[in-house]
Amino acid sequence: MFELLGIPPQVLFGQLLLGLINGSFYAVLSLGLAVIFGLLNIINFTHGAQYMLGAFGAWMLLNYLGVGYWWAVFIVPPIVGVTGIVLERVLIRRLYHLDHLYGLLLTFGLALIIVGFFRQFFGVSGLPYPPPPLLTGGHNLGFMYLPNSRAWVIVASLVVCLATWFIIEKTRLGAYLRAATENPTMVGAFGINVPLLVTLTYGFGVALAGFAGVLAAPIYAVNPNMGADLIIVVFAVVVIGGMGSILGSILTGFGLGLIEGLTRVFYPEGSAVVIFVIMALVLLVKPAGLFGRSV
Amino acid sequence: MKKMGFILASTASLMMAGAAYATDVKIGVLNDRSGIYADIAGEGSVIAAQMAVEDFKATDKGINVSIVSADHQNKPDVGSNIARQWYDTENVDVIADVPTSSVALAVNEITKEKNKIFLASGPASSDITGKACSPNTVHWTYDTWALANGTGSAMVAQGGDTWFFVTADYAFGHALERDTSAVVEASGGKVLGAVRHPFPGQDFSSFLLQAQGSGAKVVGLANAGGDTINAVKQASEFGITQGGQALAALLMFINDVHALGLDVAQGLVLTSAFYWDMNDQTREFSARFQERNSGQKPSMIEAGVYASVLHYLKAVEAVGDKDAAKVMAKMKEMPTEDPLFGKGTIRADGRKLHDMYLFRVKKPDQSKGPWDYFETVATIPADKAFRPLADGGCPLVK
Repeated sequence: MFELLGIPPQVLFGQLLLGLINGSFYAVLSLGLAVIFGLLNIINFTHGAQYMLGAFGAWMLLNYLGVGYWWAVFIVPPIVGVTGIVLERVLIRRLYHLDHLYGLLLTFGLALIIVGFFRQFFGVSGLPYPPPPLLTGGHNLGFMYLPNSRAWVIVASLVVCLATWFIIEKTRLGAYLRAATENPTMVGAFGINVPLLVTLTYGFGVALAGFAGVLAAPIYAVNPNMGADLIIVVFAVVVIGGMGSILGSILTGFGLGLIEGLTRVFYPEGSAVVIFVIMALVLLVKPAGLFGRSV
Repeated sequence: MKKMGFILASTASLMMAGAAYATDVKIGVLNDRSGIYADIAGEGSVIAAQMAVEDFKATDKGINVSIVSADHQNKPDVGSNIARQWYDTENVDVIADVPTSSVALAVNEITKEKNKIFLASGPASSDITGKACSPNTVHWTYDTWALANGTGSAMVAQGGDTWFFVTADYAFGHALERDTSAVVEASGGKVLGAVRHPFPGQDFSSFLLQAQGSGAKVVGLANAGGDTINAVKQASEFGITQGGQALAALLMFINDVHALGLDVAQGLVLTSAFYWDMNDQTREFSARFQERNSGQKPSMIEAGVYASVLHYLKAVEAVGDKDAAKVMAKMKEMPTEDPLFGKGTIRADGRKLHDMYLFRVKKPDQSKGPWDYFETVATIPADKAFRPLADGGCPLVK
């Protein structure tokens, strides 16, 4: 039996798999951010709060209406998306012609307000969300015990990431979107409703955050601060992948999940900072990110 | 002559009243008001301090108390700045609560330097009455030694003689791991390993998997609040307990159990200084507290803030002055008595002594409703519950 730096291979495989699972959350969240930044040029700091809204949405459906997890997976993301559309229509829209910083400040402020509101009503300890029967239990893979809930996270997020990538890069709608970011005036001249396209894109990006939130509900405590803890890491992922790059954010999301997982084995104390160390290194070598186009 | 005596007596009483009314006391409640410890010691601790002032009827006794509060965000630098500002420019006389041991150790030093008073209810590290002990600090509610002694011994007695720790990587986690390791080894058990997780954490799966792989009979969670909630939830997800390993949540609050739900938390054994449903007095206080704290029952930390502020005010009344040295001497000299912790004493090193309790979390069908969560397994008498005075290495008692 070989050992790598004193770590038996079973442990290593287990940690790699866990890294992939965490990477799934990074990927879905950074994908939403990348879509929004790529098409709207808005740095959406509300993303963490919208992820939290997804988890709370699932919790509210279950506790107030008795609607279970599997319905929530389909119902909650569109609802969270609609709240995003309202924000975009009422507030964010007014900042498109201004510097990035204004959008950043607005969305950051909104995030603080939303999180503060939930903290006031629900406290910070979080709320229990029992996993549905299908997701309880798990399988012994030989090298580790894989809970069904985690396996589902990998599958669901891979499907969503690939579908998003496909829509944006390979379909006609995606072509409109990409064209609208390059030159909105020209695309508008062809009779395409660019403002509507932009609003829907923001709604979609936010719905992705809501989706990640629903995925997180049975695994992590449903808690107003859950997004704030994650969003900083996700921003680092987006920066490493290259702002606005769809494929870049998916690949870096999973990749950094793996690296973080390995750090947790070899030097657990450093696992909170490893992503930022990588971010600093990447910015030194490739300021536009690994997959970003330099402007 | 009789008349003269009357005049003298009334003048004296007037003078006493005059002197007493000169006592203005300012209490600063410093804790986490927005992060992972905000539910066990946030606004609730402020409410508890206010209730202590009201129940003591401070104004009737000639003590004008004002209470300020601030959020230290679990960061020692932020907490130190607030403490200095309070002492230097805002005339704060006493700082209460301060969960998060790293912040509390900083406030402990500053309080000593400024010669004020620190009523520590929130922090856990036993170093506060050990090598970092201060003549200006009372450590009221609990500490890592007491937790280790309660939960650690109970787990070893149940046959859990090999341990693996999942530890929050800061002063508190380190102290709890150290004190529990000592208990385990002293009882003939063995510590197989430990992993330190960043604080605060969200995903504990990697660390739990390492604990699972260690083959230890007991996985000791040396963390608190939101970290413990997530770790217990994920331990159940990864089948730690189903696989035959026992989980020891070394510091667990009733709010954590409330957040986890009994399905996940049932059967956990925990050490606590307080539970709302112990006797008529605790129930009466807790009902009043719950009404003011958006439906939440008091945690042991909030109970400790109430009791420590109450005892402080009694000492100020007895001394008739708020001079830190005199009030501290009085607090240590007077036995303590309050509705929540009963009778107790404060030791030379600042350690408050009272009974501790070993509780087990009820099964869902045993619970009559929300907040009916604990059953008493054992009462640990005050003289056995805390580290012996001689073992702490406190320079004050040499």
